Amino acid sequence: MQIYADNAATTKPSKAAVRAMLSCLEQNYGNPSSLHHIGQAAAEALLQARQDIAGCLGCTAREIYFTSGGSEADNQALRSAAYAGARSGKKHLISTAIEHHAILHTLKQLEEEGFSVTLLPVSETGMVTPEAVQAAIRPDTCLVSVMFANNEIGTIEPIAEIGAVCREKGVLFHTDAVQAVGHVPIDLSQLPVDMLSLSAHKFHGPKGVGVLYAKRGTPLHSLICGGAQERGMRAGTENLPAIAGMAAALREACANLEQNAAYVAGLRDRLIAGLETIPHSLLSGDRKNRLAGNVNFCFEGVAGEALLLLLDAKGICASSGSACTSGSLEPSHVLLAVGVPYEAAHGSLRLSLSAENTPEEVEYLLKAVPEVVTRLRSMSPVWRDLEEGRKPHVI
Amino acid sequence: MLYSAKVMDHFMNPRNVGIMEDADGVGQVGSARCGDTMKIYLKIQDGIITRATFETFGCGTAIASSSMATVLITGKPLSQALALTNQAVAEALDGLPEQKLHCSVLAEQAVRAAVRDYYDRSHIPYDPADFPVYEEE
Repeated sequence: MQIYADNAATTKPSKAAVRAMLSCLEQNYGNPSSLHHIGQAAAEALLQARQDIAGCLGCTAREIYFTSGGSEADNQALRSAAYAGARSGKKHLISTAIEHHAILHTLKQLEEEGFSVTLLPVSETGMVTPEAVQAAIRPDTCLVSVMFANNEIGTIEPIAEIGAVCREKGVLFHTDAVQAVGHVPIDLSQLPVDMLSLSAHKFHGPKGVGVLYAKRGTPLHSLICGGAQERGMRAGTENLPAIAGMAAALREACANLEQNAAYVAGLRDRLIAGLETIPHSLLSGDRKNRLAGNVNFCFEGVAGEALLLLLDAKGICASSGSACTSGSLEPSHVLLAVGVPYEAAHGSLRLSLSAENTPEEVEYLLKAVPEVVTRLRSMSPVWRDLEEGRKPHVI
Repeated sequence: MLYSAKVMDHFMNPRNVGIMEDADGVGQVGSARCGDTMKIYLKIQDGIITRATFETFGCGTAIASSSMATVLITGKPLSQALALTNQAVAEALDGLPEQKLHCSVLAEQAVRAAVRDYYDRSHIPYDPADFPVYEEE
């Protein structure tokens, strides 16, 4: 059996997305900037995709800026707000400890450029409170950036409330919604958000394409200079096949959102209930405000990387926030931020589901995961020390 | 594939895994950096390692490195076990990715720690200089 349970890393492109891409590649190959009819056909398809995506998000087509993905959109959002703020002496940015590295590393660079950054702590379920945001806002704050939903532990943040606080204080608000778009209802006509990042391959679209939504009037800074594409805010010939694929995938995801979310949440809850019976396991994230597909456990006494390899041998694709799966050898900053003990963070396992997963697969996972955890614990001196009382269990 | 077939083999089918109740020497080392912990048990007769087992908490490479280390030292005199280098463990596994080389260092250290424990228990004098304390890379 092969089970793909790593949908937070990337998803399989939907048939509709692949069809839209193929059609562009085979027939609509023009450059949308060309004046001739082949170029104009491409320009029409580009506009159509822009309108479709805007329709799904509840904004206007002019507020959609195509990028190479979520990371670029995050980079552009932060730098846009920072450089616009700097012009009026506002050089303070607020974000959270559990953001994606596309946010955290950009903020680090901005700090080196002379900006100051406040990273808000989160609760033990990964929640950021509007009160904490409000308290952190200073007269020189130019941006608040809080992710819509966390990629590792699935916690969905109170974006409407945080946005309302920012609006009241007159501070720009950006949300990295890479994990949320297509999975959580988002209506930008109602939501007090100035900028939003999304990435197509998280909702069954292609990789290498995303969107920065910027509310009309939001000052933007171009990261890539060149031609006048994207109204001068993102140069380079548009990746039309990917953009068309993204639009097709988003239309589909939004049309089936409620039905898919309910189905996937059912699988998730069955999986959580089953894995919780493993002794000394810990579920990370919020039980209620949680992405429908996210399951994240730490198992004491095992290393996440070994867990992944053994699961892979059983046909299961998953991921981990453990030290040994990253180049840095540091466990996940998200797990540490929600207070998972350092030792336990090494044994983390993220299973992220989509509507393509089945109840049979969940049953297989519920058999396989305890097996490999037991197997690794049986050869772990750390586990022996815990079980024989030489060291206290931390979870 | 990130790992060689040999690493995967020693990870999926580890040799000599488990606690040894009647061990003559036991060495446990840990990497503060990545949290890996390795424990090597030795049975020694007339200066020869007749049996070696291990317990390891860590990634696939850590488990494969311990498994390979026990294979390499079984049946060997203590002098050869002490001469076991992390490069030898890594080479026997057909190479390790660079960021995983510290796992083979751990195996080398665990073997040394087990031999030293045997010397201590048996009151065999040794030169502490033969048991350098490694700084993590």
